[in-house]
Amino acid sequence: MVVYLDHAATTPMLPAAIAAYAEAMSVVGNPASVHSQGQNAKRMLEESREIVATSLACDPIEVVFTGSGTEAINLGIKGLYWARAPRRRILVPGGEHHATLDTVEWLAQHDGAVIEWIPLDHDGRIDLDALADAIARDPLDVALVSVIMANNEVGTIEPVAEAAALAAVHGIPVHVDAVAAYGYLPVDFRTLAATGVSALSVSAHKVGGPVGIGALVLGRATTVEPLIHGGGQQRKVRSGTQDVAAAVSFAVAASAITVEQRADSLSPAARGVEAARLAALRDRVIVGVARVAPDAVLNGDPITRLPGNAHFSFPGCEGDSLLFLLDAAGVSVSTGSACQAGVPEPSHVLRAMGRSESESRGALRITLGHSSTDADVDALLAALPAAHAQALAAGMADRVPGR
Amino acid sequence: MSGGVDSAVAAARAVEAGHEVVGVHLALSRMPGTLRTGSRGCCTVEDSMDAQRAANIMGIPYYVWDFSERFKLDVVDDFIAEYAAGRTPNPCMRCNEKIKFAALLEKAMALGFDAVCTGHYASILTDADGNKQLHRAAAWAKDQSYVLGVLTADQINHSMFPLGATPTKAEVRAEAAERGFSVANKPDSYDICFIPDGDTKGWLGERVAPVTGDILDREGNTLGQHDGAVAFTVGQRKGLSIGTPAADGKPRFVLEVRPVTNTVVVGPKEALAIKEIAGNRYTWAGLAPEHPEVAFPCHVQIRAHADPVPAVAQVVSTTAVTGVRGSVELRIIPNEPLAGVAPGQTAVVYVGTRVLGQCTIDRTVSAVPVSVTSASTASASPVPVNA
Repeated sequence: MVVYLDHAATTPMLPAAIAAYAEAMSVVGNPASVHSQGQNAKRMLEESREIVATSLACDPIEVVFTGSGTEAINLGIKGLYWARAPRRRILVPGGEHHATLDTVEWLAQHDGAVIEWIPLDHDGRIDLDALADAIARDPLDVALVSVIMANNEVGTIEPVAEAAALAAVHGIPVHVDAVAAYGYLPVDFRTLAATGVSALSVSAHKVGGPVGIGALVLGRATTVEPLIHGGGQQRKVRSGTQDVAAAVSFAVAASAITVEQRADSLSPAARGVEAARLAALRDRVIVGVARVAPDAVLNGDPITRLPGNAHFSFPGCEGDSLLFLLDAAGVSVSTGSACQAGVPEPSHVLRAMGRSESESRGALRITLGHSSTDADVDALLAALPAAHAQALAAGMADRVPGR
Repeated sequence: MSGGVDSAVAAARAVEAGHEVVGVHLALSRMPGTLRTGSRGCCTVEDSMDAQRAANIMGIPYYVWDFSERFKLDVVDDFIAEYAAGRTPNPCMRCNEKIKFAALLEKAMALGFDAVCTGHYASILTDADGNKQLHRAAAWAKDQSYVLGVLTADQINHSMFPLGATPTKAEVRAEAAERGFSVANKPDSYDICFIPDGDTKGWLGERVAPVTGDILDREGNTLGQHDGAVAFTVGQRKGLSIGTPAADGKPRFVLEVRPVTNTVVVGPKEALAIKEIAGNRYTWAGLAPEHPEVAFPCHVQIRAHADPVPAVAQVVSTTAVTGVRGSVELRIIPNEPLAGVAPGQTAVVYVGTRVLGQCTIDRTVSAVPVSVTSASTASASPVPVNA
């Protein structure tokens, strides 16, 4: 029996989403075709768009389906940057996901962008004063601000609305990466847009939908230059035949979010039923880990964090040793940071939070999702003492002594 | 698992022998190279994927362990430092000594494993008393026991080489194909894995600043100037740029590189013949000889693909030379003088097929003594430089 505690990487597809996906794939028709079968496909697509829009509290026309959350982020950032030429400055917190980091770095290397990294505090929260100062230095030259809604590694929920308000004063568009937040926090585009958010990215497979579809919510008044040119689908912003079956499946997953969380406000205190259930499981993890390893450090904001996220540093242990030992015991977790050829990089998020490189390598991320149960937490906490003791013994064999 | 055919087949054989096997690929660089054709033995994204595919097929878990920091310090930086010190190091041996059978083994043991299993062509045999011995592979053409010569008894006790008894590489490839491994026909790795284009000289040149210095003959006379002693290797003939020919008209060869004085010593080919080699950094691969201070017959091998030559070896006190009490060295006297020996190389001592031990060479003695007569006359009037 394998216990899956890596829902932030991807979460199991909902059975209903799988069934709807398979069924929709058997329906022929390009939604751009004029005939009846095309119209039928178009109907399925637009019904799906409406449901996804509802889950994000936006209008259907504002939902641009993409091939992934990463594509949505690329479209949001590059599209805004190009549409805002000749403005050069991009303001970004240092702990963003690689989809954002690498995109803005590419723009800096190839297209003249000037990146200004906004510092994070010890809990991973964006420094709003620093953002305000950065904007004030030359507001007319700021192309955009991009902020993650909740950090995918350490789980800290960011003050997105406050950040957007700072930019809105100067008419600067704000892109929000809501990939990690979606499904775990209420994502209310209408409310965010009122504070100044122009675009927002999500991904279907983080909420029980399929891999291969994401969405950029693009406010009606917002213009972006497209990344992909062709048939002019989706407001001419994202050409390419639209994936009806993936959209249908995404909609099934999105409708589950809608039911559970729609009544919520943006305040994490007023959680939906599912979020409260996950937070209770997560708190069991946090208490249990503290019992096994009293010196373990919970990274990220202890209160204002994603309900399913528990992220720790274990002094004296390699994150990948713990991962290996827990895997051998049938518990799937993550070190949280990006991998290159299977090697976890030192977490740039922890680095941005002011941790040492050594601390940034000994991390372990445990993330819960819709299929998580008390039994999963029991299994983790049963396997952890032996794994932790052995990982401590293995220590830092792959490190240079004394560093 | 490097991503090559040998480690894939070794792992598969270990699985079939009933061991609980986990595939581990060593990440030896923080910046895995881009996709390159063929195997470089390490660090490429493709190699990691190939290793994982083989692990998938044999149904074992697979992980990448990051030893890049250790590798940089213990192998790459060591390689540069050794070169800068005028020696000729073997980075593969250093990797075996410090990484594969040290840092990796240490971490694996701590995580509950019993042994490191690799695709090296070498054999581990057990003597009558139950002691493990390291031996040459059945196929001498593929034998890699030389690069394992640095292993100690403890390391050998926790090592497995399932390919040791395989007669040919072709057989390993055929077995890989039969098992459905995509790497069955992958080219062998070659050169030094962390020098992607194989240009060792160029790579070193970027890392060790060359300083102009003197070229001397064996008697100490200055014959010319060089652009950096590090660029020279013992035995080299070309690129010396000495204007004046030798008195006897014969070509001159690099006999010695002296980094401390930044000088290169040249002389006749005969002087390259070495009658004695010694090193104070020596280890025994398995049980140490009972009386190493008593000269014993053996074979010595000085490069991975050199032929072993008959020799006599013994551990000798060097207190009289070093002034350090208890200091010793492993001294090896080949029956016939040896060519192509340079400090920094490893001399591996065999008894029959058994690897007895090794030393890193830090001292050699030429078979041709320096002629004292010519020294005094020439040294007073340095030969003008003619680049």
